[in-house]
Amino acid sequence: MINPTEYLPKSYHTRISTYWWLTRWAYLKFILREASSVFVAWIVVLTLLQIRALTDGPAEYAELQKWLQSPLLLALNAVSFFFVVFHAVTWFNLAPKAMAIRVRGKRLPGLAIAAPNYVAWAAISAAVAWILLRG
Amino acid sequence: MNKRSNEPFLWMLFSAGGVVSAMLMPVHLFLFGLAFPLGWLDAPSQERLLAIVRHPVTRAYLLVLCSLPLFHWAHRFRFTLYDGLQIKHLNELINIFCYGGAVLGTALAAYLLWSIP
Repeated sequence: MINPTEYLPKSYHTRISTYWWLTRWAYLKFILREASSVFVAWIVVLTLLQIRALTDGPAEYAELQKWLQSPLLLALNAVSFFFVVFHAVTWFNLAPKAMAIRVRGKRLPGLAIAAPNYVAWAAISAAVAWILLRG
Repeated sequence: MNKRSNEPFLWMLFSAGGVVSAMLMPVHLFLFGLAFPLGWLDAPSQERLLAIVRHPVTRAYLLVLCSLPLFHWAHRFRFTLYDGLQIKHLNELINIFCYGGAVLGTALAAYLLWSIP
């Protein structure tokens, strides 16, 4: 007997190329933004390595610092820095779209929501740098 | 009754991790990954850094700095594989890898921070 379902049309699905995100700048930007998460994970790994070396003692810590001076690690960290700043900027610029704050019935302009993020970013970065660099 | 989705909770972790990564990671990476190794700025000594890290507030701060961004990574990486590479058939495996990794990373961070002398 013929199985009738065999002859039913499959639901219509256009095949999308695996590289669809290369076809447009906006798509590429989206994928780059998502890819920044990999570098965020790397920074966590780096932080954990630092904490471990710090606990292990001066010799272990010095060794890790030497490793961080190798061209490969410097290149990786330069690329990671680019991506994490890209993440920060796209994140802050997205904040006004995620939060629709209304004041006296009128929607607050995007800049009024994004700007405090940038101010906080600068202040926090300065505070962290100050703690690490003083004395 | 439908099982309640845990997607909102995961999204909240993603979002909190996004804020933490954006606000804190650039300065940390700039100093420890570039400025100190390249000698642009004088790095704090191991002794002084250990004294800073030993403080309970710093330990809590570092736990947040390590944990939330991992959940941020898990969420984004999962959808990059899902949308970007369209490997939807491996969805469950990917979820276990991503969120499992974030949970393990958090546990490891807690352990390391706890065992600082």
